[in-house]
Amino acid sequence: MRRASLPLWLTSAALYVFLYAPIVVVIVYSFNAARHGGPWRGFTWRWYATLLDNQDKLSAARNTLVLGGASTAVSTLLGTGLGYGLSRYDFPGKRLFSFLMYIPVVIPDIVMAVAMLMFYSLVRQWLGLFELGMTTMVLAHVTFQIPFVAIVVRSRMVGMDPAIEEAAHDLGASSLQTFLHVTLPMILPAVVAGGMLAFTLSLDDFVVSFFTTGPGASTLPILIYASVKRGITPDINALSSLIILISVIGTVLPMFLQRSPKPRGES
Amino acid sequence: MAPAQRTIEVRFGEQLTRGGQIARSAFTSGPAIAWVTVLLLLPMVGILVTSVLSRGPYGEIAPVLTTDNYKRLLGFGLLGFDPQYPIIIARSLLLAAGTTVVCLLAGFPLAFFISSLPGRAKQVALTLVVIPFWTNLLIRTYAWQLLLGPDGWLAEAASALGLVDEGSPLYPGTFAVYLGMLCAYLPFLVLPLYTSVEKIDWAIAEAASDLGADGPRVFLHAILPQVMPGMVAGMILVFIPATGQFVIPDLLGGAKTVMLGNAIQQQYGASRDWPFGAAITLVGMVVVLGGLLVQQRVARKSGQPAGEGML
Amino acid sequence: MSATTTDPPADRAEPRRSLAGAPLAIEVEGLTRRFADYTALDAVDVTIREGEFFSLLGPSGCGKTTLLRIIGGLDHADAGVVRIGGQDVRGIPAHKRPVNTVFQSYALFPHLSVRDNVAFGLRMKRVPEPDRGRRVERALELVQIGALAGRKPAQLSGGQKQRVALARALVNEPKVLLLDEPLGALDLKLRKELQVELLSLQRRLGITFVFVTHDQEEALVMSDRVAVMRAGTIEQLGEVHQLYERPRNRFVGQFLGSVNLLEGTVQASSPEELALASPVGTLRAVRRPGDPGATGKLTLAIRPEKVRLLPDFGKGENRFECLVEQVIYTGNASHYHLRCGQQRLTAEAMNDAPAVRGLQPGQRVAVELPPASLIVLED
Repeated sequence: MRRASLPLWLTSAALYVFLYAPIVVVIVYSFNAARHGGPWRGFTWRWYATLLDNQDKLSAARNTLVLGGASTAVSTLLGTGLGYGLSRYDFPGKRLFSFLMYIPVVIPDIVMAVAMLMFYSLVRQWLGLFELGMTTMVLAHVTFQIPFVAIVVRSRMVGMDPAIEEAAHDLGASSLQTFLHVTLPMILPAVVAGGMLAFTLSLDDFVVSFFTTGPGASTLPILIYASVKRGITPDINALSSLIILISVIGTVLPMFLQRSPKPRGES
Repeated sequence: MAPAQRTIEVRFGEQLTRGGQIARSAFTSGPAIAWVTVLLLLPMVGILVTSVLSRGPYGEIAPVLTTDNYKRLLGFGLLGFDPQYPIIIARSLLLAAGTTVVCLLAGFPLAFFISSLPGRAKQVALTLVVIPFWTNLLIRTYAWQLLLGPDGWLAEAASALGLVDEGSPLYPGTFAVYLGMLCAYLPFLVLPLYTSVEKIDWAIAEAASDLGADGPRVFLHAILPQVMPGMVAGMILVFIPATGQFVIPDLLGGAKTVMLGNAIQQQYGASRDWPFGAAITLVGMVVVLGGLLVQQRVARKSGQPAGEGML
Repeated sequence: MSATTTDPPADRAEPRRSLAGAPLAIEVEGLTRRFADYTALDAVDVTIREGEFFSLLGPSGCGKTTLLRIIGGLDHADAGVVRIGGQDVRGIPAHKRPVNTVFQSYALFPHLSVRDNVAFGLRMKRVPEPDRGRRVERALELVQIGALAGRKPAQLSGGQKQRVALARALVNEPKVLLLDEPLGALDLKLRKELQVELLSLQRRLGITFVFVTHDQEEALVMSDRVAVMRAGTIEQLGEVHQLYERPRNRFVGQFLGSVNLLEGTVQASSPEELALASPVGTLRAVRRPGDPGATGKLTLAIRPEKVRLLPDFGKGENRFECLVEQVIYTGNASHYHLRCGQQRLTAEAMNDAPAVRGLQPGQRVAVELPPASLIVLED
């Protein structure tokens, strides 16, 4: 499309402002010296400092990181396998399963949360396991992370020149050798990018965590929600700003990773 | 001639029998598929089953088949006609539809704008749309409370214009909910829409206007069909999650804006009526599957693999 | 009627090399490969001799690449047998076959250096040091890219990548090297240079080369024997000069160089010759063993360089008059586009031949088609 007209520029600028307004306002207010929210009273780092003393917040932060790390590890492994398998092999019912794998991508959080709850209560009845807590959250997070990792890995696989794997076999590499020495090194950036996306998803999640959490397993989003319900306090703004920062890094970094090693086979 | 000839296939340099491929699939895709099936898909069936069961006296699930839950959803409660739940369903669907429309109105200009930028700037503009997309929705939503609060300048501007009383906030209310929804879901629509907009063959639009079509008709006949796949993908990515949205109505809406999501949360929380909650959830599930099927149909018609364009 | 002194050289030409009697490197029998909507290979038979430079030549879609890939184990066949060195390779996966492939897209491993790319095959088969290092160095030297050994493929030019691909394949000392249009992506000058290099490499190493190309000149320059393919079958197989001098049908005749076609009806025939009633008059053609039957409608072909332009308009066998429509100068020779009544002919003659000195469009010229130069076509 050729150059955009002025009205289009203005509309788009307004929309960008609109999209970023909440983010900006949280960050700005996190420096607001006013005690109970409200209008601007001066610049301060105070609220960030109080975060470090707050036991609840620190333990929630720890839970969030543990949750993110554990779920990312599992979902990256499973999701990479799925992305690889779907792009390389055929099996009866493949069409159906590919379709079903997209459900966690579009499903409303709450439907997924209810489904997880149902699963846990069932297992609890029969096996006595899965009291709500960290484990149940990790399992739930893995469930919605898997398709995202799979999509990233799969599109990298599809974009690879098939002749490269053929060449590996032609030169004497067995299937395992081909995977270890050729395929894996080539898709590694995508695997890492997928993992980072999964981690960000876990960090951002509220609804699923809310439904599958248990005593002592509060995460930062759950904490924030509880606080906001009582009334927004400035230290919550500080906390949120930090989370925003991490999300931004977690979004932008995978893009850089996916960009550099881009040889799509020889021409 | 050895009969093995027919069952061996070579893919990507590997020689595999049919059974070999299935084994490989089981090893690679198997764990993930098993995981999602057991933890999500089967429970979704479980929800279906639960929705026709009853609530026991202590809030547990009683194995008594009943269609009471669905009757309640349709408005036929235990004490006569109670439109509470049909209204909630209708309101949620309406909100989702309204959000979709608003996102379309905002998304089209944005998609065209990004598409008009030169190379590097395009990437930057896209990334700028993606960043809020990945930022915590809860945080972005409560931020609107700050923005719309009584001392926020938006409220002050609105009261200056006489739209609201002096000193009153712009939330909770339908307006605030729509703002929150638009903010949350706009990127969901823009990204797939942009993918289609990028691929537009402008020669067709030029030919149409050459042949005498005016602006709106050019858009309708020459451009719209071309962006259909991306547009539909985006609309589904907005409509489905919006139907079950719970946080935004909870924080920005008031008691008057109870949605599906809130209702479900109630049943699984305070009211402890899991079978009824399951029935409500089922409405959400129906929307999910319906949307996905529509997506498949549209994608197949335009020759794109379903779902590949989503991310 | 006696044979004229202008017997075509084909009968007395020395073949490029004769490898007849050499053991068979590759035997293909009845190979068939079907895809969803078309048949790529239709019961193809071919044998390739050890030490031979064999080319599969044809337009795109003719099945040449499919055949190559099946031999290499990169694709499966629906029916038929492939034997490499006498051994049936059905069921043997690509990584266990004693053949290596040079791919059209080179398919170099982007995350490995040139040296590691070349060493890959040896590493996979666990060839130990110092053997491995020595063989890699030798292969690098063979294709003259020793200086680039530390670079990554992204830093190489097309020609350099091609050499790496070659070295990577040859270092494994395969029985047969399969090349899938390896020079296709290179510019003309580079292509010609590498053609000569490849040929001398093959001679030096003595490895059997199976070379796929759509460029007939390339095939003519490098090959001992060529199989011309179309739509899944081999139209004609033979030594290069044989294919050129005696194409079996229109397709082969027109694919290798250009050819004049004269259609007519057979008037008389004997085992040694036939008479054809053609648009330019009655033509006598010499028949050879293996020629199609001489009855009814027939097409004769003659290569432009065999069409003789004569200085005088005397009467004679296979002689007639033509109008010169166009003269195209190509340096040492010229192409003459002639119209002889209903028939169009193209002749090629060296520019210093007396008969064509000063020949201009618009002039008339005497043309002779020597009987022994006329090729009887199957269609």
